[in-house]
Amino acid sequence: MHSFDQVFTQYQDIVTTGVYGSAIGLIIIGLYAVLLKKNLTKIVIGLSIIDAGIHLLFVAIGYIQGGTAPIFSPGHEGEIQKMVDPVPQALVLTAIVIGFAVTAVALSLVIRLYKHHNTSNIDQIKSLKW
Amino acid sequence: MKKVFVLILLAVVGLYLSNTFNLISFGDNRVGEVVEETTTVSGYYLKETPTKSEVANVVTAIVVNYRGFDTLGEVTVLFLATTGLGSILFRRKEEEEGVERLSKPASSLVSTGSRILFPLVVLLGVYVFIHGHLTPGGGFQGGAIIATGFLLMLISYKNYKVSHSTLGWVESFAGISFVLIGFWGLISSHSFLQNIPQVGELNSLISGGVIPIIYIAVGFKVAAELTGVLDILLNIKPKK
Repeated sequence: MHSFDQVFTQYQDIVTTGVYGSAIGLIIIGLYAVLLKKNLTKIVIGLSIIDAGIHLLFVAIGYIQGGTAPIFSPGHEGEIQKMVDPVPQALVLTAIVIGFAVTAVALSLVIRLYKHHNTSNIDQIKSLKW
Repeated sequence: MKKVFVLILLAVVGLYLSNTFNLISFGDNRVGEVVEETTTVSGYYLKETPTKSEVANVVTAIVVNYRGFDTLGEVTVLFLATTGLGSILFRRKEEEEGVERLSKPASSLVSTGSRILFPLVVLLGVYVFIHGHLTPGGGFQGGAIIATGFLLMLISYKNYKVSHSTLGWVESFAGISFVLIGFWGLISSHSFLQNIPQVGELNSLISGGVIPIIYIAVGFKVAAELTGVLDILLNIKPKK
């Protein structure tokens, strides 16, 4: 039975690179979609992907090797020294909700633009240019 | 040409991000020893939560109590997003006629299954936000689960109607009770949203003072708001 801790101590470099790399990779993929995609819906999806990457980065920074969830459930009251950092988790909880709100409003604007211009391709929406 | 520039930009951003995060080693203990004279914010929260707030879940204590004012602002942002969505996608009365849901009619398997699953999903959501101070869960998570239950019904029944006035009432009542609990803390103690844990002990359902009550209010509010958003976004007038 390999727990995450055993794997972590054995391949510390690989796990670190994997976790941070996947978070940074998500941010890069999202930025790529925002900068290069033409479809407005895809741009909103790119923003959501950047969100996910930043959340992963936050929670990863709060992790402590061999840590448990910061909950004093029965049988775990004495594990206060092992608990992971609860502050990034609380911040991410806030950030997820705000991300949802931003995505919803952005999508409603996309729907409006599509109705007005009959297209969601930003190159064909000429009135946005200045 | 633009693509090349963007790719160079992304490479630079990725390089700098990875260099920065290489300095922050993964899995290090940054909380420090949680002792009497602890120096970090996280250590303070971990030490104080079980004794002072009498809440098992430290994340809940931070979200609802220590950073309760921030959560009130967060709930307000969610409310504003719903309102903004409703006003951006506003339809006049005469436009309301041809409006229908943009989903294909579901098969009888899906509709029957979702009719059976819907009460169970709502029950799970209520369980998650009632036990927000004991288990990894809470108002936001429970509200999102309830909204997925409504989404299941909305996509499987084409003429399933959600009453927006009821949603508005639930939302307003939950928001007002959050603020009133905050003012109660201001009156009975010295600061807004001050927690007064007097009944119950750690790890029982009735414990933690005002934290579970606030999280239940947040759960109702989030469920109502997310359901409203889903219903608005799914009801679209088809193009002629």
